[in-house]
Amino acid sequence: MRVIFKNARVINPAQNLDEVVDLVIVNGRIEKIGKVSVGEDFEVYDFTGKVIAPGFVDMHVHLREPGFEHKETIESGVEAGANGGFTALCCMPNTEPAIDEPGVVEYVKKRAGESLDGIVDVYPIGAITKRREGKELAPIAELVEVGVVGFSDDGNPVQDSGVMRKAFEYVSMFDKVIIQHCEDKTLSQNGMANEGYWSTVLGLAPYPNISEEIILYRDLRLLQYLKPKIKNVKYHVAHISSKGSVELLRRFKDDNLNISAEVTPHHLLLTDKDIWESNYDTNFKVNPPLKSEEDVEALVSALKDGTIDVIATDHAPHAPEEKESDFASAPFGIIGLETAVGLILSEFVNKGIISINRMIELFSVNPRKILGLPQVKIAEGESANLTLLDPNFEWVVDAGKFKSKSRNSPFIGWRLKGKPIGIVNKGKIYWSSL
Amino acid sequence: MKLKSRHLLGLENMPREDIELILNTAVSFKEVLERPIKKLPTLQGRTIVNLFFESSTRTRISFELAERRLSADVVNFTTAGSSMAKGETFKDTVKNIEAMKVDMVVIRHSSPGAPHFLAKIIDANVINAGDGTHEHPTQALLDIFTMREKFGYIQGLNVCIVGDILHSRVARSNIFGLKTLGANVSVCGPETLIPKDIESLGVEVYHNIDEVIPKVDVLNVLRLQLERQNSAFIPSLQEYHKFFGITRKRLEKASKPILIMHPGPINRGVELSSDVADSEHSVILEQVTNGVAVRMAILYLLGTMAN
Repeated sequence: MRVIFKNARVINPAQNLDEVVDLVIVNGRIEKIGKVSVGEDFEVYDFTGKVIAPGFVDMHVHLREPGFEHKETIESGVEAGANGGFTALCCMPNTEPAIDEPGVVEYVKKRAGESLDGIVDVYPIGAITKRREGKELAPIAELVEVGVVGFSDDGNPVQDSGVMRKAFEYVSMFDKVIIQHCEDKTLSQNGMANEGYWSTVLGLAPYPNISEEIILYRDLRLLQYLKPKIKNVKYHVAHISSKGSVELLRRFKDDNLNISAEVTPHHLLLTDKDIWESNYDTNFKVNPPLKSEEDVEALVSALKDGTIDVIATDHAPHAPEEKESDFASAPFGIIGLETAVGLILSEFVNKGIISINRMIELFSVNPRKILGLPQVKIAEGESANLTLLDPNFEWVVDAGKFKSKSRNSPFIGWRLKGKPIGIVNKGKIYWSSL
Repeated sequence: MKLKSRHLLGLENMPREDIELILNTAVSFKEVLERPIKKLPTLQGRTIVNLFFESSTRTRISFELAERRLSADVVNFTTAGSSMAKGETFKDTVKNIEAMKVDMVVIRHSSPGAPHFLAKIIDANVINAGDGTHEHPTQALLDIFTMREKFGYIQGLNVCIVGDILHSRVARSNIFGLKTLGANVSVCGPETLIPKDIESLGVEVYHNIDEVIPKVDVLNVLRLQLERQNSAFIPSLQEYHKFFGITRKRLEKASKPILIMHPGPINRGVELSSDVADSEHSVILEQVTNGVAVRMAILYLLGTMAN
């Protein structure tokens, strides 16, 4: 591998780097940054107008293997990640069996290593409780030993406050993040659409905002209470979706708790009204449900002011036959690996809502910080872990070009400006075919 | 005159002219039903499938009679013992039925939006016979037909829908249709059974039935599902009856007679006392009669528009 990217805008907020340079990579290592004359036997790419960023991380992905290989496999999920511009993925533990014991972690890592020769780093998230049942703690220490980067029961959040307290205390010994899908199931019940005008008109069982906010508030108060006792607890809010949650987060961040939050592209770009406009298209059925305009505005301002730290996709593949059904029968979930980068470039960076530097923080610098992964350095002698972007490329989201096994995206057919064009990692280049 | 849409999915977006066209057409079909020979050749050679994924007595029989009186070929489907019970998906089931060349599909399903999904995947005309907690447009049309027959007008009529509004497709369709025709619509029920933001649909919300009774011309009383007690929506059926049940004593407080309607089946002694259900102001059985005429009108208007 001998590659030169000519005239690339290289940006890494972690190093305060933002320069137009040539980047020379030899066998996966950055050989030179600066002006270079083209040598013999180099592959040369003109990167005028294009951006090179530290490799993007999607810290909330469902790879579905083991157990649900008809939706996605580790291999197809890794390819979708590479195609979408990610060099690292965190996979959630809601597999069958769940990622609640070391053997499953090792299986996932082995399968990931075999997928595209391991070009995408896959970091498993361990379950907080055994079988994600919210009752007994999973073998946390053993899971840390085999390399999980955080803990979550994701879609089955711990409902019992006493168990949650013990999880915070126990996990705090290992400096790993706890990622919470905030949902009080006694409030969301069989809810399918954000409780409000549109759920009333559509006759869909209502899912109230307070379901998210009450668990978030419970957790934040637990953390506040436990703060004098435990030192290293890190808490991360998965797919934050309501205005009330944003306000809570803002308030408790001021209290110096080690807390962070992610938002998904779909919660930033879609609303509950889309279910009505699409005549009950099941690709708009997601948990937490799509919210009101007012919530979306609050999420966007939190994205701008730094209250929200990360963009993650909650890539949730479901087979076409599962989604091609009536609204109530269809499973919750939207795929996101192959649309997230394009959507954020197009709808936020190119529309002047956030800078591209901020986008790179949200996709690369901040997730690494939260997960305790080393920051990527774009410097001579460092190994190349890069996401390649073309902010000006105009394209149409085409499901036929997805590497994911599933097609459950409400963004198919969207016309976007800005696209991931490839990744570099582990001595290899992968060019996106989107 | 023709309807704007080739499906009847709901009343939410149905224009006033379309509602009026259906109601006016139903008037002539009601006359047909009074004749000794009640059959017309209008839909001869057309095939209609009644897809009932959820149990129903009244609506299914009403549709079937309406179809047969228009001389259509009728096939009935229920989920029990069907290929769906063997694990076939909803989509595959209906695609297979469509492959047998049907012209119209009447669907009852527990999932809101199921008829909308069906209309996206098949070519036949789709009629919503009740989709979960969303809409029940033919019920609302027969309710409105009955009100219009009794009062002669809908514009300015004061109608209150009483009971479990949250879970009621009848309530939603009535609200949409009545508002389009200019009625004053209110709802009355326990707060646990009132959906959020219902006021945005232009309806007033009441929790005291005695406050409502003096103000209305029509009470459309909904069935209270017995399981609402178990899921903590109401303390008990007895308490519900005491505070929301329509009784003769309550109705005596009104200065004028109030029309009592109910989509059926009735829980006597819960939402309605028997003496009210059987009183001269109750039009519950006339609603059922009108249901056949209204459904004939819908089938006729949709079935002949393709030509």
